[in-house]
Amino acid sequence: MTDQTNFEPMVVGFTCNWCSYRAADLAGMSRIKYPPNIRLIRLMCSGRLDPTFVLKAFEGGADGVLISGCHPGECHYLEQNYKMLKRFLLLRKMLIQMGIEPDRLKLLWASAAEGARFAEEVTKMVETVRSLGPLNWSKVVDSNGGHATVIPVLAKEEVTA
Amino acid sequence: MTEERIGVYVCHCGTNIAGTVDVEEVSKWAGEKLKKDGVVVSRDYKFMCSSLGQELIQADIKEKSLNRVVVAACSPHLHEKTFRTACQKADMNPYLCEMVSIREQVSWVHTDKRVATEKAKALISGGVLRVAKDEPLEAIHVPINPATLIVGAGIAGIQAALEIADSGFPVYLVERDSSIGGHMAQFDKTFPTLDCAACILTPKMVDAGDHPNITLLTLSEIEQVDGYVGNFTVTIRKGARYVKEDVCTGCGICIEKCPIKVIDTNFEAGLGYRKAIYRNFPQAIPKYPAIDTEHCTYFLHGKCKACQLFCPTQPNSIDFEQQDEVIRIEVGNIILATGYDLFNSRRIPQYGYGRLANVFTSLEFERMCNAAGPTEGRVFLRDGITQPKTVGIIHCVGSRDKHYNNYCSVICCMQSLKFAHLVKERTGAEVYEFYIDMRTAFKDYDEFYQRVLQEGVNFIRGRVAEATDAARLPGEEGKLIIQAEDTLIGKQRRIPVDMVILSAGLEPRADSEEVAKKFGISCSSNGFFIEKHPKLDPISTLTEGIFIAGACQGPKDIPASVTQGAAAAARVLGRIQSKELALEPIRASVIEERCSGCRICNDLCPFNAITFNEELNVTNINQALCQGCGTCVAACPSGAISGTQFSDEQILAQLDGILSLPINSGKVKTLESVPA
Ligand code: FES
Repeated sequence: MTDQTNFEPMVVGFTCNWCSYRAADLAGMSRIKYPPNIRLIRLMCSGRLDPTFVLKAFEGGADGVLISGCHPGECHYLEQNYKMLKRFLLLRKMLIQMGIEPDRLKLLWASAAEGARFAEEVTKMVETVRSLGPLNWSKVVDSNGGHATVIPVLAKEEVTA
Repeated sequence: MTEERIGVYVCHCGTNIAGTVDVEEVSKWAGEKLKKDGVVVSRDYKFMCSSLGQELIQADIKEKSLNRVVVAACSPHLHEKTFRTACQKADMNPYLCEMVSIREQVSWVHTDKRVATEKAKALISGGVLRVAKDEPLEAIHVPINPATLIVGAGIAGIQAALEIADSGFPVYLVERDSSIGGHMAQFDKTFPTLDCAACILTPKMVDAGDHPNITLLTLSEIEQVDGYVGNFTVTIRKGARYVKEDVCTGCGICIEKCPIKVIDTNFEAGLGYRKAIYRNFPQAIPKYPAIDTEHCTYFLHGKCKACQLFCPTQPNSIDFEQQDEVIRIEVGNIILATGYDLFNSRRIPQYGYGRLANVFTSLEFERMCNAAGPTEGRVFLRDGITQPKTVGIIHCVGSRDKHYNNYCSVICCMQSLKFAHLVKERTGAEVYEFYIDMRTAFKDYDEFYQRVLQEGVNFIRGRVAEATDAARLPGEEGKLIIQAEDTLIGKQRRIPVDMVILSAGLEPRADSEEVAKKFGISCSSNGFFIEKHPKLDPISTLTEGIFIAGACQGPKDIPASVTQGAAAAARVLGRIQSKELALEPIRASVIEERCSGCRICNDLCPFNAITFNEELNVTNINQALCQGCGTCVAACPSGAISGTQFSDEQILAQLDGILSLPINSGKVKTLESVPA
């Protein structure tokens, strides 16, 4: 395991081009500070988010993944963020079965005007992931003969949620 | 396949980036460490976007035969086009140029130079890996329908309509009210020149009404907007007027004969009356009256028909059977000029509007001053006969106040000064202005302030606590007392007055969110429409082909609204003249050999671009309808749909790149131990 005291979470963020990427732009233009632990990838729409991207990110060393799109009803392509929402909900369930705490995946609706909020939510997310600790998923799975362990308690919670 | 030859260009942006990111180090690092990924040259420069910066890239493309370029600078939303065009000029396919945002996403939001530098490296590494997967593309050209839709016929909308129509292209001017002119038609004088609003507006209204290239649709609302830039199909509901526009001469006899009088809360701001068949004012455009079915005796009780009886036209112009009409039009561009709503002064109970008779709103006062208004331009108290001897004007009502609106409504200071002048001119009354700050920027505005100062108006600097009729001191009996802290002398003051005018702020239209949704644009947190860029492109929106002008974008006075109307028109005209528009070639397409015909993607497209070919058992995507969101690309279980510019390969390569450096590598300083 990595040295806990030195742990700096790596968060990958997928943002849509129209609202959330611009929210990040606005945070920048307004010089609002947030932790450097997030690195963004721009998609045209959150609907472009292939669940594989998230899994690849975790596999590649991300400790958390942020998905950000326009607010419901405000997607530049009308309703594609709803389709992403479905994938997101499914993904969370899947993560639990793979032994990944679902809180490592966060969904954020952010409009182009919400630079401050974007920064705030990113800060929160980084702290959440920091408290969860490093993921090191690929290593854990490898050492377990390629098997993931389901997170039992959380799995139950999710069912009742 | 030719090998990748990538150039990396790191911008200092003055100190904007260089202040927080060690740009020289980043550029050196990219040149060495990313050599294996195809980087052949890496440079840093003060301002990459300057012509010298661009020439630097172009020279490298030529001399070092680069075939891909990564520019690490500001957000791609600012300069992607600049750099792509530069590359294109050097004969490189523009879509092989990528931008990495190390200003908005790094230097402006982080403080620790070492960590920021490492993040910049990681992002650049993502950009380099991604650009290697980029494919050369051609822009998509769409034809532009020369017709334009303008929503809202206030001064901004009218100006835009006239500019376009005068250039010879068709315009549909849609207005919700029964006549055009917007708020400006309600005013008497305009600041700072004090010329009469009607005198300068009515000629424009007449022009718009008569123009052979303008189709005027009043009492109309937009129901639906389909399509995309160049080819919008818009569904409009034209409300029934119950007057036949093709026969009515606008003689006005029906209005005279109508027995029903109702308080006009719309145009006269509740100060005057109109009939159940009405037009807003005598010079209204269009000239045809409209029937208000909520008050018309015929619609309520089935009898009367006085208007029809007295109508002199042949055939009769009154048509009680008229129905709403649904009209469908095709346009290439759309300008929204939907204006503002006045702040509802009742929301501030301590100012007494609606409770204390002699508290007036700014709009009420405008109507009172208007020679064609309910008092024929005379300033009276609510009783309609007494002239005020003292008048208090309160600025910033509903503006610059965290309980209501944080923003400054821009026009209120000048409007209040104008009111002070008019009160003095018409009644000779003593006037007190209560202001927070006096904002008289723009041409001739401050001169007007000086003039009003010289006219002997009293100015008290301080936010008003309340306006009340509870007298406490001698001389306050029967008066309205304005209580405020005079911040210049640091004392509480109570000023007894006969009349209070509330200079109410401007708010976004109550339905602005709904309208924005219809047109696929967005509103800022205070509800005004968001422009593409606050400084460099205030009239465009993020949605191609949709423009905004006037107060729907933010509080604005008349000159600024006119300017924006004309600017939006100029932009549209440019589009029309060039006949076609180049769009980003971001589209999805099906690789037929891989498509299994599962049809999972078939329901995902909101633009109906996806169809299924039963015969071949494969899905097709119509390139003209596809907007490039990529939802189907993400959904295809066989990987049979590819999305240009955002392909799986590109995104996953970028992901690899940004994950290649750990967050704390800067602190731990063991760069070499970083996993490749
Ligand atoms: S464009 Fe932002 S979520 Fe679709």
